[in-house]
Parts: sequence; C-alpha cells; structure tokens
Amino acid sequence: VENVRLLDRLSSRRAVVGTLYLTATHVIFVENGSETRKETWVLHSQISSIEKQATTATGCPLLIRCKNFQVIQLVIPQERDCHDVYISLIRLARPVKYEELYCFSFNPKLDKEEREQGWKLVDLKEEYNRMGVPNNYWQISDVNRDYGVCDSYPTEVYVPKSATAHIIVGSSKFRSRRRFPALSYYCKGNNASICRSSQPLSGFSARCLEDEQMLQAIRKANPGSDFIYVVDTRPKLNAMANRAAGKGYENEDNYSNIKFQFIGIENIHVMRNSLQKMLEVCELKSPSMSDFLWGLENSGWLKHIKAIMDAGIFIAKAVAEEGVSVLVHCSDGWDRTAQVCSVASLLLDPYYRTMKGFMVLIEKDWVSFGHKFNHRYGNLDGDPKEISPVIDQFIECVWQLMEQFPCAFEFNERFLIHIQHHVYSCQFGNFLCNSQKERRELKIKERTYSLWAHLWKNRADYLNPLYRPDHSQTQGPLHPQIAPCNFLYKFWSGMYNRFEKGLHPRQSVTDYLMAVKEETQQLEEELEVLQERLANLQKSQSGNNKVKSKQQDRSKQFGLYTSNNSLANTPQEYSNDLKSFPSRSPSQGDEDSALILTQDNLKSSDPDLSANSDQESGVEDLSCRSPSGGGCLPSEDSGKDSDEAVFLAG
Amino acid sequence: TNEWRLSCVNKDFSVCPSYPPVVIVPKSIDDEALRKVALFRQGGRFPVLSYYHKKNGMAMLRSSQPLTGTNGRRCKEDEKLVNATLRSGRRGFVIDTRPLAVAQQARAKGGGFEQEVHYPQWRRIHKYIERFNILQESFIKLVEACNDQSHNMDRWLSKLEASNWLTHIKELLTAACLAAQCIDREGASVLVHGSEGTDSTLQVTSLAQIILDPRCRTIRGFQALVVREWLQAGHPFQQRCAQSAYSNSKQKWEAPVFLLFLECVWQIHRQFPCSFEFNEQFLIMLFEHAYASQFGTFLGNNENERAKLKLPQKTMSLWSWVNRPEELARFQNPLYEANSLVIWPSVAPQSLQLWEGVFLRWNRPSKFLEEAEEERINIIKYNKELQAKVNALRRQLAEMETDEVEQEEP
Repeated sequence: VENVRLLDRLSSRRAVVGTLYLTATHVIFVENGSETRKETWVLHSQISSIEKQATTATGCPLLIRCKNFQVIQLVIPQERDCHDVYISLIRLARPVKYEELYCFSFNPKLDKEEREQGWKLVDLKEEYNRMGVPNNYWQISDVNRDYGVCDSYPTEVYVPKSATAHIIVGSSKFRSRRRFPALSYYCKGNNASICRSSQPLSGFSARCLEDEQMLQAIRKANPGSDFIYVVDTRPKLNAMANRAAGKGYENEDNYSNIKFQFIGIENIHVMRNSLQKMLEVCELKSPSMSDFLWGLENSGWLKHIKAIMDAGIFIAKAVAEEGVSVLVHCSDGWDRTAQVCSVASLLLDPYYRTMKGFMVLIEKDWVSFGHKFNHRYGNLDGDPKEISPVIDQFIECVWQLMEQFPCAFEFNERFLIHIQHHVYSCQFGNFLCNSQKERRELKIKERTYSLWAHLWKNRADYLNPLYRPDHSQTQGPLHPQIAPCNFLYKFWSGMYNRFEKGLHPRQSVTDYLMAVKEETQQLEEELEVLQERLANLQKSQSGNNKVKSKQQDRSKQFGLYTSNNSLANTPQEYSNDLKSFPSRSPSQGDEDSALILTQDNLKSSDPDLSANSDQESGVEDLSCRSPSGGGCLPSEDSGKDSDEAVFLAG
Repeated sequence: TNEWRLSCVNKDFSVCPSYPPVVIVPKSIDDEALRKVALFRQGGRFPVLSYYHKKNGMAMLRSSQPLTGTNGRRCKEDEKLVNATLRSGRRGFVIDTRPLAVAQQARAKGGGFEQEVHYPQWRRIHKYIERFNILQESFIKLVEACNDQSHNMDRWLSKLEASNWLTHIKELLTAACLAAQCIDREGASVLVHGSEGTDSTLQVTSLAQIILDPRCRTIRGFQALVVREWLQAGHPFQQRCAQSAYSNSKQKWEAPVFLLFLECVWQIHRQFPCSFEFNEQFLIMLFEHAYASQFGTFLGNNENERAKLKLPQKTMSLWSWVNRPEELARFQNPLYEANSLVIWPSVAPQSLQLWEGVFLRWNRPSKFLEEAEEERINIIKYNKELQAKVNALRRQLAEMETDEVEQEEP
C-alpha cells in the first residue's frame, strides 16, 4: 500500500510517508525519503493488538501494538486499503498452527551440523553435574521416561535417593497436574536444595502417605537440617479458596518437620491487568509527573516485581544462610514457581549471572519444567485469559538486580531486552509449545534454530563492561536490600518505552565503555607487535653498534631498558583486566600489515565514538524545532511539545 | 564585544544592594539611565546580561519584576535598556516564572510585568516555577518518604508522588529548556524574571547555560557559573539554606532552591553521562557546603553582605580547596569527552529519576555502586596508559628506524 504515513506517537506533526508491505512473516514500512529509505520491520508474531480508529480527513488510522512494547501508528489514505490491511494482519498475527510460525521458515544460513551444535550449547545434564548431582543424596529418576507420570515435566527428573518410584508416582497423584516435587537447585556447599512442585490436592482434610514420604525424603537429603520450608507463593486467600476445589496447601500437622510459609504473589490475571495499566501510563501523551507516578503506583506493577523478588530473597536466604531446603509451589507450579526458583538461583549462584549460566537458568527453570510459553505469550491464537507477562517479570527482576549490583552480571541490559523480544518473536524454536513433550513431538530441534547459539555468536554485544570474573561482586550469593528506601525499584523505561529513544539517556555509558575496552584490546595487540619489532631492531642494531662509540650505545640501551620495564609493569598492575581478554596474538609473518590495520582502527575508533554522540545530540538539535524536519528518531520529548503549544498560544 | 560594556554603577552597592559591584549592560545605556531603571525594578535589580550565546549573538538577561503597579507605570529608560539588547527587527521573549494570575496580583503590591503595549518587540511567556514554602514542604515530605523504613511499595510510590518533588524538577527543567530553545533555536534574546529575581530566575538562567554552553559543563566552568549566577547574582544562601529538611519550625525564607538546581544538573548529567567533566560527587559536595561549610564561600546573602563581613579576608574559599589537584581528582568524571554541542535533555516523567545519591545516601548501601565507579575509572585509566605506551613505542621505533637509515648511509 502506498502513501502511508507513519506517525510519531509523541508529536503528531511529524510523520513520514512511505510504502507499507505485508509479507508472510513481517509488516514492512519503507520510507519514501530518497537517501535513507529507512525501513521498519515488524514480525507478525510480535503484534499484540490492532486497532482501527475512526477515519479522519487525512485517512484511516491504524494502531498496531506489539508485544515488545513498540507502538506503531499508521494512516492509510483509502479506507478500503486500511480495512484489507486490518483483516490480513488479524489473520497473520494469530496463527493457528505451529508450522505457520516464523521459526519454521527462518534460515540463518547455517548447515545442519552448526544447527545441532547450537542446540547443544545448553545442556541440562551438564548443568546438574555442575551443581554436584547425582550424588549420595540425589539421583536421576526415569519414572517420567515417556512422560508417563507427568506430561509437562522433562524426562529426566532429579529426586532424593530415598524416594522410590512408588513414592514418586503416589506423590504425583496427590499434586495438581501430577507435578510432583523435583529438584530445581542444589547447593553443593551445604546440601540444601530448592525443589518445586504444584499444589497438593489436600482439600480440607485429604492426606497422602507417599507425598508425606516425598517431603521427608527431601528433608533427609539435607542431613544438616531437621526441617524444610514449604513456600506457597500465592496469597493465603487464594490458597484457601483452592481448598474448596479439592486443592490447597500442606497442613503442618500432617507433614512432619515442615515450616509452611505464604508469600503473596498475585496470579496471572492480576499481572496481565497490571501490565496493561502500566502500558497505558507509558502511552500517555506528555503526562505530568504526578499522572505518571500515580499511574505507576496504581498499576501495582512495581509492587508485584518486589513481591517476586522478596520471595526469591527469602528462599535464597533459607538455602545460603540457614542451610535449609525449600519446596516451592503455587497452583500448577509453572508460573510463580518458575519465577521464584530462578530468582533464588540467580541470587545464590554466580554462575547464573554469566551469559551462559543465564541461558542455562532459563532452560532449566522455564523451558524444561513446562512453563507454558505458547499460552502465556500467545504464540498461537488461543485463550486471551491465558496470556500473562510471567517471564517478563522475571527478566525485570534481573534488571532491577543489575541496577543494584552493576558489576555482578556478565551480560548487559541489551541481552535481557533481546531475550524478551525473542520470547515473543517465534524466530527461534526455544520457546515454542507448552512443554518438552510437545517440542519433541514437533521435532523442534530438527526443524528450527536455537536462540542461545545466536546470542552466543554475538556475545560481544551483550557484555557488561564492568564485569570481571574475579571481582568481589561476582562471588557468592547476592544480598539485595528489601525496603524501597534502601533499594529503589525503578520504572524500566529501557524496556517499556524501548522504542521511544528520546526518553532515554542520550549517551550510553555501557556502549562507551565497551568501545573503550575494544580499543584497549587493540592497543594491547599493537603493543605486542611494537615490542617485537623493537626487539628485532635492537638485535640488528646491536650488531651494527659494535663499531659505534660506547656512549651512544649506552644511552640507547638505557632508553630501551626503561621502556621494557614499564612494559613489564603493565600486565601485573591490571592483570585482572587482562585475563578477561581473549589474547589473540598477531601472526608473526605480516607484522607490518597488522600494525597498519590496528593503527587505522585506532584512528577511526575514537573519532567515531564522539561522532556518534555528536550525531545523537545533533539529531536532537534539528528535530527540536522543525515540525516537518523529517527527523526519523522519535527523539523530541513531550515536554517540548507542550512548550511549543505555549509558544503558539502565548 | 561592541554591544556590551562593564558598568561600575553599583560599586558601593548603592544602586542595587544584592548585585555585585560590576555588571554587564548594553553599551548604549549609560550609568545614569541604569540608576533610573533600578528604581523601576524591585530591589533595584535592573536587567543585566546573564549569558551571551556566541553562536548567534543572542543574549539572556535577568532582572526582577518591573514596578508597574495597578496604574501601569512606565519607565522609558527600562524600555530602552531592554530593547537595546535586541538586534534590529528581531523579537525577544520575556520568561516570567510566575503564572499570569500571580503576576497580575503582584500589581496590587506595586509589582507587575511588562505590558505588551509598552514592549511591542517582546512576547511574554509565563512558566510557573514553585517557590519558598511550597518547595520546602515538598522537600520535607520527600525526605520523610525516603526515611520510611516500611517495606511497602505502594506507600513509597504514593509518598514520592505526594511530595511533588519530581514535579518541581520537571517544571524547572522545562522552563530552562524553553529559555535555551528561544535563544538557540528561535534566535531570540530572552529576559528572565520572577518577582525578586533571586531564586527561580537564577535557576532558569543557570540551567539554560548548562544546556547551551559546553564550558559550564567543565569543573572550572561550573564553578564560575555558581559564582556568577548564584553568589554574585545575590541568591540569599543565608536565608534559603539555614535549616534543611529536618527543621520543624517553619522558617519563612527557607527553601531548597539551590538543591533543586543541583538536582536538575544531575538529571541532565544522567542523560548525558559523557558530556560533563565533573561527577555526581561534585554536585553532592556543593549541596553539602551550601548548607554547612567550613569555608566562607556560601555565607551571607549577597556580595554586599560578604564584603561587610570581610569574608574574603577572614575565611577560606571553597574553590581554593576544591581546585587542589588531589581534591579535583575525586570530582572528575572518567567518561568525560568534550561535547561542544547544545544538549537537549528529555523532560518526560519516564526520563526523570529520584536523585538517590542525595536522598537515599544514608539508606542505600553504596558499596556496589562505588565499586562500579572504580571499575569505570580503571578501565579508562588502563586504556589511557596503554595509549601512552603505544605512542612512546611508536616514537621510539621511528627514531630507531631513522637512526638505522643514517647509520647505513655513511
């Protein structure tokens, strides 16, 4: 469709004209501008809602809201075209079969072997070995070999050694959706563990001997402690209401040596509405400060984030400080339980704060234990009441922790944002379906690519420049603050206003430091090359120097010694930094070309950096006053808009 | 320049007690006229040059309100002075930091604003900035919220909202952006005033300079800005910064005007972390010394009082301490790269944050953030050292190579 106008949400006067294309997988908008022809691509699976608004004199407006919080406003001149686009998009955005999803047609030009390698990047068996299981207390159970006991669990489940198949099966019959207690995290240092399950079918008085034995077995697997915590992550009222339906929670009288604890995290419906409310606040046109703060408070979003974090902190504390094992459940044990277990693991184990470890964590607590990705993120057309930002909340928890512990994470904000994007994008097969069983049936690994391999390949983009493996913040458990006055939970504009670049800091410290680090690495390489050349020259000269006067000789050598000394000092002084660099030694043969290359890079890298930041503000400058300037960045801030209004009116 | 001159009309503080002895005024206006204008402006604060925008020659002036009163008094010299700052055919903007209604009420007390009839080349814009007790109450509420030890998220957010502190930040930044916009984008001169011209006026003029002038973003330049626009311009530090937030007695003149300015600088700093030579610690240090200091710099309400108290003779200057190399090192921003452009901050609520470095300073554990800062410094330091070494080696290598050539030649 031609002559479509793409509106800037923040200032209605700036719009760009272009052509709209619909393909099998994307909506593409190409600007008409002669030089740049900026393109905007949106995956159909990212589309969350499409709204056709009342036709105006200029055309028919179409509002597309995306799951990655992008909002696109188009005006299409002809009402009939608009209607066609609307109908097509509704159909395209709601696929009914998995085969329609982008990952089945997405081909990053990798051969079969590379694809298989990609899927092997994250290996859960290896991960449990890393934790230290199987061992004297824990073993792999094959009861769920062909998904016979629980169809939303993985085939390989880790359970206490003393839990026989009879106990497991008995326990599973007493739990919602047969999700029996299984190991999520094991703490090598003190044998304490985090296990997860669904709620017991206790009703008002029902008991199950095997389930009680199962909990005993978990307790015994930690000989250092004589009780376990059972954490129900629901609000007490919700759990009690469940009893009427024959479900409920553990009665401390029936289970020996348990301490029962409620931690009120609201259910998926409350969370969905909360996000909705917060996004409405984000969409406000030039809101006042109190509109914004009031809206933020009213949405309750940060309160929910804090509740999840508090639960994670409670469990991490029980495991690390008290040495007590914890069993976590909610209703079905696949939403709040996944959130809480993964936050606790992240706090406990620095490995999960590395890039690879974080992939493993998501694979372990979310993918393998049957978090219902398809239902929660609406990959296929389904019940809108099943949709809820469960993993989004976990990702935000991680971000809030990154704000508090800037050196503790190997990855940066961009890594989180891209993972969130791909949870919805369906470009990779990782997050398809609702369980391992479904993924196996669909042969996901044979037919699609793994996101982890893709992220790993580009890992240089996702590094946190402040991270050092030997820094004190990267060791041991994290102890975050709880009260808002000690640790501010902030609104994450990098995520929820991700596409409104004008709202973000105009200069990125992370990018700047990453560039500096890259330059540092080049310098190190060049240093090595120079050193070598110097040594060569020195050798050849010392040959020549035999005939030269003694004095000159000495002075030269003196000069060399000092520089050699200073060189020798360098690595010691900053050895910490050095270690994190993969030291590529330049090939010996073409020293000269290597040198020239690095020099060129050096020269260009620095001005580039400043040029970029200049450009940023430069664009700001231009867009500030020219209504038709065609600045394509939505960089004008709302405040100025209102100023201009005053300007015109006054 | 040839449009402006230094005037010593106030050398014994007789024309305007809260101005410094030397001020900058248009060249075409003589001292006699200035005396007349002073009588027409509250507290004798006649319009003076605050900032000259080299890029386009536009000027920012500041003053106090004109004493038009209810019957619309005029002052030919004032009109002449104000118009003398305009290029021929150009317009100017008067930014009044009060809402129109308040400005109109002020007429009853002898104050007022520039009538458009009498200043036809000027357009007036009212941009409200809160002052005095409202600010102080907001400040007290915010500090109370920050010290609330409860673990309740809702309560915290509603207290933050109720304090209105961030609203004031947003208003002030917006007004400053507007002033900067008029000068840089519209190519117009600007006159800023409120009532007395010692509080909100100074906030606006100094913040606009942060946005417009790269020099104000250096350590020395920022010091000069504080001296020029706050100390010499007669911001009554003694009255405003007597008690801070924990006082129960309502002091009439107490208000966190200077703190609000510093926080706005911090907000801009946060959005342009590489464009300032100083760091957050520098701003916090100024905040502390404004309230309690072993130095004489922030004592007194204006230059006149400081001269009477013989402060320059009796006390040490804060700047002499700050500018010692070992102290300066603490206030350097490791990420600084000179940015010669105008920087336009975003004033959307999503872009503004609470200044944790001040308000949560004693509550939040700062260890991890300090470690991060240290890490940043080390990364940059290491890079610089390497650069120096590589350069030294390159030079040495070049020397040796030429040596070699020379050796071969004879």
